[in-house]
Amino acid sequence: MREVVAECQRPVLLYSIGKDSSVLLRLAQKAFYPGPVPFPLLHIDTGYKFREMIEFRDRYTAELGLKLIVHTNHAALEEGANPFAWGTQRCCGALKTTSLLDGLREGGFDAAMGGARRDEERSRAKERVFSFRDTRGQWDPRNQRPELWNIFNTRIHPGESLRVFPLSNWTELDIWQYIYAENIPIVPLYFAKPRPMLVRGDSLLPVEQPFVRRLPGEQPQMVMCRMRSLGCSPCTGAIRSEADTLPKIIEELISVRRSERQNRVIDHDQDGSMEIKKQEGYF
Amino acid sequence: MAAIASPVENTFDEFLALESKKDLLRFTTAGSVDDGKSTLIGRLLYDSRSVYDDQLESVTKASAGRNAGAIDFSLLTDGLRAEREQGITIDVAYRYFATPKRKFIIADTPGHEQYTRNMVTGASTAELAIVLVDARKGVLEQSRRHAYIAGLLGIEQLVVAINKMDLVGYDEAVFRHIETDFRKILTRFPAVESYFVPVSALVGDNIVTRSQNMPWFEGRSLLEHLETVPVGGRVRAAAFRFPVQRVVRPSHDFRGYAGTIVSGSVQPGDPVVIWPSGRETTIARIVTFDGDLERAEAGKSVTLTLADEIDLSRGDFIASRGHAPQKTHAIEATLVWLNEKPSEVGKRYRLKHAARQDWATLKQINRRISVKTLEEEAGYSLELNAIGEATIETARAFVFDNYAQNRATGSFILIDPATNATVAAGMISDAAESSAIEPLAGICWKLEHGALILASEQGFTASEKSAEPLQIEDPEALEALRHLLRRLRIRPFGAADSSESDWEI
Repeated sequence: MREVVAECQRPVLLYSIGKDSSVLLRLAQKAFYPGPVPFPLLHIDTGYKFREMIEFRDRYTAELGLKLIVHTNHAALEEGANPFAWGTQRCCGALKTTSLLDGLREGGFDAAMGGARRDEERSRAKERVFSFRDTRGQWDPRNQRPELWNIFNTRIHPGESLRVFPLSNWTELDIWQYIYAENIPIVPLYFAKPRPMLVRGDSLLPVEQPFVRRLPGEQPQMVMCRMRSLGCSPCTGAIRSEADTLPKIIEELISVRRSERQNRVIDHDQDGSMEIKKQEGYF
Repeated sequence: MAAIASPVENTFDEFLALESKKDLLRFTTAGSVDDGKSTLIGRLLYDSRSVYDDQLESVTKASAGRNAGAIDFSLLTDGLRAEREQGITIDVAYRYFATPKRKFIIADTPGHEQYTRNMVTGASTAELAIVLVDARKGVLEQSRRHAYIAGLLGIEQLVVAINKMDLVGYDEAVFRHIETDFRKILTRFPAVESYFVPVSALVGDNIVTRSQNMPWFEGRSLLEHLETVPVGGRVRAAAFRFPVQRVVRPSHDFRGYAGTIVSGSVQPGDPVVIWPSGRETTIARIVTFDGDLERAEAGKSVTLTLADEIDLSRGDFIASRGHAPQKTHAIEATLVWLNEKPSEVGKRYRLKHAARQDWATLKQINRRISVKTLEEEAGYSLELNAIGEATIETARAFVFDNYAQNRATGSFILIDPATNATVAAGMISDAAESSAIEPLAGICWKLEHGALILASEQGFTASEKSAEPLQIEDPEALEALRHLLRRLRIRPFGAADSSESDWEI
């Protein structure tokens, strides 16, 4: 983060409200202490985030005294974009990828820091800490700069940009242990409590949005559950869990046999789908 | 992830205390696709239970398309789609796993000759390297190259895993023969500690548990070795070095210097020297978000304040008194070329070293090392994947340590200012004599119809024909002569003498 601030013109921190973003914010506070965090936060709000996420976002960033910019692709929402009507690929393309590129362009940001980790998904294992994007914001896996030692090449031409991932080498377990050790606030959705869900086999679907289709006669049931990672409510399944404290979450994580993005519908819509989204500019 | 000590057996805080005591080992793997490297890593992840069920399902699904029988472990690590289709890995991929004893980061790199770049990248952050040797093939040219690169990049520990032992009947004689061969190579790298282990990545022999099939082998399994081998000693024992990343000045009464301690340790009251100015002072406070520290060591990111008001800026070093770094305007360094565009002697590059970027001129390539034979070879430039020793001049005073003594202060990258590509990785060996040769005024050269003409400026402009052409047909001789002209700073005809970049040939 210090390298970014020292060498880039207009950095921004991409704030997703999730647990990794909470860790990023704490690291930013530490990196610039006793000075203030010297960059704004940008949240790409699809309009379909969980209500509790938005509440947490507004309260927590105000508490820390950080500047928050929210960007939404209102045009697409007005055209009726949602994952059921448009399909997940087109919906993500409009509400996340396009919206992010627009948000970065409008702010004139040349470096966007995010909380992605290499252990999350196969195509991210080869991501650089400083990831180069061309003038259209796209990622070319064959045109990435070799990254040696801890020396980062931050040089770009006008119009090009960098995505920077300070948590590249953290694992999911590292994140949770750090949140516990540092007592970092996170969205309550991560903790188990009875929530109304559509139960379909092993899947638990949240019912926040009216367009989530129900099967004939299907009614939400109260299920003790939590979210392992946070995204848009129609595309983020919950897991059955009794873990209502951080130690219980960590304990659950150690014994669980499913990876954290497994509840994310959008990763599985085609083989290698995260790689394709990234090439197009998805964070 | 179940290989981690269960918190159920201890109280949660005991568990966390154990977790926080775990150290981290970063290692890299080298070997060609056929050596079964991806299978080895897949096996390590699988047997240490670091692979989730859904990840396993997705590769079992994918394996059905290729002619693999059971689980194809290599698919767990082959990241990108193009690679999965071609069945090769073409870049550096990072993997993470943990055992009750340690956390691990693997830099998984392909081992082909054309991927020297990737292996160097992977090795740059690693403390240990695993080199794979196929038991059926023995020590190959590439084994020598892998050992050389590990030594060059300052790897402390080398593990030679002799793989596919199941295909040679678990024969001890095969293992011993390869070990003897490999040890001959290692005599060139006395600083590297080595460990030899016979394995079968496919079957799982000596990967996590000791093999029943090789009772003659009494050493540790690969994972046992990775869990117990001592690392990181060099960085902690080295002299205190702190590159200033950022001057922190939130108000008029606070002035601190933020950065990461790259070697050694520091306490308030320690006498230090600021480089390159050479001014002496003492450490006043070690400031962090969580309160001041009494002591901080290598790896910690902190903000230091000094007893005296000294003008310090980003890129300067704070170093212990007594163990001074070197200060110079020219360095000797080993370069690994990382870009398709070859090196250009006389060209100015951006040089990034610790927290500092500077202009630097590549003065000359003194010697090339063949990555095939590891012998010196002819040539005055470096192309992609080539390795050579070079002299580089910096625009401002340059402060460094020898790479062998300090990786963080002895390493740098070169960036092409036109493309912004990272074109070379550098490891500094020593200060160089600054080439004080002044350009020969009035003399310049020109190529015409394959002939090289050396003449005074006037000789060309007034009457070119009057210059006597020096006919050189042999391209190698021509290149040698060009190199000599560059060294003597004799300009090509028409180059302005003010700008260095006009000297490119």
